[in-house]
Amino acid sequence: MSQTLEGLAAIVNEVAGTPIEDITADKAFVDDLDIDSLSMVEVVMACEDKFGVSIPDGEVKNLRTVGDAVAYIDAQS
Amino acid sequence: MPALTSQPTRAGSRVLGTGSYRPEQIVTNDEVAALIDSSDEWIRERSGIIERRRCAPGESLTDMAVAAGAKAIADSGISADRISMVLVATVTHPFQTPAAAPEVAFRLGALNAAAIDLGAACAGFCYSLGMADSMIRAGSTEYVLVVGVEKFTDFVSPTDRGTAFIFGDGAGAAIVGPSDHAGISPTIWGADGEQKDLITMSQSWSEFRLEPHDNFPHVVMSGQQVFRWAVSDVPKIATRTLEAAGISANDLTAFIPHQANMRITDAVVRALKLPEHVIIGRDIETTGNTSAASVPLALDRLRQSDNLPSGGLALLIGFGAGLVYASQVIELP
Repeated sequence: MSQTLEGLAAIVNEVAGTPIEDITADKAFVDDLDIDSLSMVEVVMACEDKFGVSIPDGEVKNLRTVGDAVAYIDAQS
Repeated sequence: MPALTSQPTRAGSRVLGTGSYRPEQIVTNDEVAALIDSSDEWIRERSGIIERRRCAPGESLTDMAVAAGAKAIADSGISADRISMVLVATVTHPFQTPAAAPEVAFRLGALNAAAIDLGAACAGFCYSLGMADSMIRAGSTEYVLVVGVEKFTDFVSPTDRGTAFIFGDGAGAAIVGPSDHAGISPTIWGADGEQKDLITMSQSWSEFRLEPHDNFPHVVMSGQQVFRWAVSDVPKIATRTLEAAGISANDLTAFIPHQANMRITDAVVRALKLPEHVIIGRDIETTGNTSAASVPLALDRLRQSDNLPSGGLALLIGFGAGLVYASQVIELP
């Protein structure tokens, strides 16, 4: 598990209570992890804090899966 | 040149009484959901709202303001003729002119009062409280009636998925008067007009007048962006307020934020790491978001349901369309 994925999993776990082991790169935030739009905003804000990246509102809709978010964060940082 | 006289100033002000008015008609989530292709469950999960109140046909915004104001006056023990200023915080008074406040003052018998409306949306009550405190300490007024009142039924489209389930009608009020010490802390307030479009009207009345149509101008909101702003900025503003008041979260009896959305309240409470003993205003569950009325409605309900001790400290914060915010700590009446 990459460090980014590990950090992101911890954030999703804290925001939505999803078990860490369920949070893998292929999972979609909405369809698989039951993250609604407001929880997604909290995940994004926590990622910005933790990884020192900027994720504008327009970009959030492109982050469908956990893997999408990891790739975006890794490309930024 | 003769020197102009000025009013003697005062040491402080405090809230002396509160009152509220909730219309009788209850509107359930099922009723709202039918028009926006949603469900009771979806609304509860996204907002924490179970039901909201709606004015009866013919019941006006000023009717609600007068009802809440009368209770606040009775609770304070100050007679209406001693009120020297009536501030009505609202963005849903359906008359461009005159303002609601003169009528409210007149109907309450506050015949010696100056009276104006104040438009600061969901921050309106906290803005008004800050102004009341300043005016009383400056000596320009003695007793101030502050009313937060909204009749959102008139300005929400029942088919707008982003707002139809959120807003409700109601009024909350407080009497503020002189005190020998600070019963209201410095108010931390501000505005960010660059984000004016996050909560706005679907179009201006001037545009509507040129081409009238069925879908009258109504409130529209970019919910996710507002959520992001609130969750990120409200805890910082609240922290500045505590610093300005010279107290810590541990000294609080209650935290009463604007009732925007239960999810915002939850996130703000988490971020502030409030101690367990602090009672949190969660009036949105059965009242919905009543904008300028939400803080005084939640305050008045907590005073009744939780017997908030007189002299205890409550942190208030309002935030909303503008964007604007205002926050202060008050000593409970």
